[in-house]
Amino acid sequence: MIPEFGQLALALALCLALVQGTVPIVGAALGRADWMALARPAAAGQFVFVAIAFGALEYAFLNDDFSVLFVAEHSNSALPVFYKATAAWGGHEGSMLLWIAVLAVWTMAVAAGSRSQPQEFASRVLGVLGIVSAGVIAFAFITSNPFTRLIPAPADGNDLNPLLQDPGMIFHPPTLYVGYVGMAVPFAFAVAALLTGRLDKDWARWTRPWTVVAWLFLTVGITLGSWWAYYELGWGGWWFWDPVENSSFMPWLMATALIHSLAVTERRGIFKSWTVLLAIAAFSLSLLGTFLTRAGVLISVHAFASDPTRGLFILGLLAIFSGGSLLLFALRARNFEAEGGFKLVSREAFLLANNILLVVAAGLVLFGTLAPLIVEAIGLGKISVGPPYFNLVFLVPAVPLVALIGVGMHTAWRTMPGDALLRRVRVPAIVAVAIGVVAPFVFFDAASVLTVLAVSIALWVCASSLLDPVRRLVQRTGAPLTRGQVGMCLAHFGVGVFMLGATVTSAYNFERDFAARPGDRIEAGGYEFVFNGVRSVPGPNFVADEGEFELRDEGELLAVLKPQVRVYQVQQQPMTEAAIDSTVLRDVFVALGEPLGDNAWSVRLRVKPLIGLLWLGSGLMALGGLVAVTDRRYRVAVRKTEHATAQPAPGAA
Amino acid sequence: MTSRTQRKLFIVVVLAGITLAGFLTYRALQENLLYFFSPTQIAAGEAPKRTFRLGGMVLAGSLKREPGTLNVSFVVTDNVHSVPVKYSRVLPDLFREGAGAVVIGRLNDDGEFIGEEVLAKHDENYMPPEVAEALEAAREAQGR
Repeated sequence: MIPEFGQLALALALCLALVQGTVPIVGAALGRADWMALARPAAAGQFVFVAIAFGALEYAFLNDDFSVLFVAEHSNSALPVFYKATAAWGGHEGSMLLWIAVLAVWTMAVAAGSRSQPQEFASRVLGVLGIVSAGVIAFAFITSNPFTRLIPAPADGNDLNPLLQDPGMIFHPPTLYVGYVGMAVPFAFAVAALLTGRLDKDWARWTRPWTVVAWLFLTVGITLGSWWAYYELGWGGWWFWDPVENSSFMPWLMATALIHSLAVTERRGIFKSWTVLLAIAAFSLSLLGTFLTRAGVLISVHAFASDPTRGLFILGLLAIFSGGSLLLFALRARNFEAEGGFKLVSREAFLLANNILLVVAAGLVLFGTLAPLIVEAIGLGKISVGPPYFNLVFLVPAVPLVALIGVGMHTAWRTMPGDALLRRVRVPAIVAVAIGVVAPFVFFDAASVLTVLAVSIALWVCASSLLDPVRRLVQRTGAPLTRGQVGMCLAHFGVGVFMLGATVTSAYNFERDFAARPGDRIEAGGYEFVFNGVRSVPGPNFVADEGEFELRDEGELLAVLKPQVRVYQVQQQPMTEAAIDSTVLRDVFVALGEPLGDNAWSVRLRVKPLIGLLWLGSGLMALGGLVAVTDRRYRVAVRKTEHATAQPAPGAA
Repeated sequence: MTSRTQRKLFIVVVLAGITLAGFLTYRALQENLLYFFSPTQIAAGEAPKRTFRLGGMVLAGSLKREPGTLNVSFVVTDNVHSVPVKYSRVLPDLFREGAGAVVIGRLNDDGEFIGEEVLAKHDENYMPPEVAEALEAAREAQGR
């Protein structure tokens, strides 16, 4: 019965989403306060029913209800209970339900946070979120119902894909979805502004914290995914330019551009149309990502053609949301007058450059992701666009982008004399370039021009980001930094840290495959590895061959590493579990392959210097976002409302 | 800056960005595109000298190891034609005889395919789509 309850709850949620998507918007157009007031209760009701549906699916998983097709396909009675709970998003149908649930949470948050905004505007925002939600629930209901029954029920389930049986799987998809789906919020704000015809500094101030929160979750989600790929996919890469990765990275690039464009709109009342377009583009890319990962097009255009229902449905949604909002934009954009101008050397000009470079980067990634599909669809053969393409075309906008951060941060709004700017950034620039040229040779004996350039730029951004906070702490002069400024410095410092890690770990990565026999000593990457052999180890739902390696540096034992090859009993799929010894300065990575005969095993050894900076840098970016959204000017608005609701108007009593 | 010159500047910068992006894309694609060829296409002499992707089934019983080393050889077939492959790195988890595989590498003068990377990263029932289609094409060509 429980799965049927879930299905019913989802149907009711769809009905409420339709109400939320129509009545308040019509009410706003007609100026009827009672219709507009329906937005919040409808959103709350939708949230409750979506929560019931999600709870029902979790119940089916936790109770091993294999009469539900989705549970039978993605779970097994021997699966640890942890993974039973997370298996709910281990496949297509469940992840769509997660998408819907995350949108419901965002909608509730917006409903609660928008009370200080004019009712006409807030009800339009909630209405647009209702339309989005209705579209996605209808998609789940019609093409991917997670509650479909499987009669007769099998005795046991097909088990969760072993790749997904990992702690990373608990956090990565929900976090990523919070960011991904969160792009619907700035989209809704943009469409509401187009409907209202009013787009000003207030609008940007309302939109900005939501965008930053969605962006920071997207940042954390992508980082967790990259980290998971690094240690779980087994072979030590951290970014593969896989279409699935790209489909979360493109919205991230757009969201990053949007945050910066919103800063200009909030501060100066310009870049209005551009900001709206970015909000539409970020959400469209999120939907496109859903299409790419969920419609089977990535496996093959032909796989898509043989079962096009899902794909066509998502394409239809994409056409309605993007096309509709762009049409609205075309009709309304001329209303948005710029409220001022700026000079060539100004904060605005640097942010414009930032936006263009980010959009170019996103465009190049999009092209590389779609090119194989387009080529195959028009019958020109089969191609694959691999990492070499992406590494090359991504660096070209990314390197100047990061380099400009260091200058842009110290530029004044409107205009600034060039020599004054030069004086401010001179010292960190000289220091960074000096270290950037010398350090690679001191620590690694060799460096290419690109490595020196990238290390210098990374250090420069770090130094430049610290300039204002350090000056404030040491000299104790000038106005205290706002949380917005501190957040910006932190996030930009994180960009520098990330770039330093990415550069060094790519340029000085040591990687080799060996055939090792028990007792072998292998000198590799500056360390000594002693192989003590392989033994069999049982797990809850797998059997593993576990190797033992002593990691030694000049005879001194640093760590004992135990990589495994697991064979999961149900799916009989082998899985490599690498063993990693992490310190601040480097990771040593050992993965066990297979028996080679003659008592030997294949082994992959990697030494990855500074790879920890990738996670640290991304974490700092997200932390910077978190600090920035707690800025006073966003809290003031909230407190004002609390004040207003606490003291009812005198005449009311 | 007036809004008119601002707009002009904006358009110029955007156009420059698009041109640069287009040029880069063109260059990067020229050098980094990997085409896919089946054993039948290779037998017909269609395969290039440079790196490409070879796909098919790993012929059952063809996997041979040089004992105690990483060197392996196996045969990739589309059930009509076959190509011998040499490889000397760790094989991926899901590589097995009788299953589909895609190998990136190049042909040497003896007609052997020297693999640089073996791709087999999906579940055990998964057949790389190119492989499925190549098998189908080879079957049809033979039947005719």
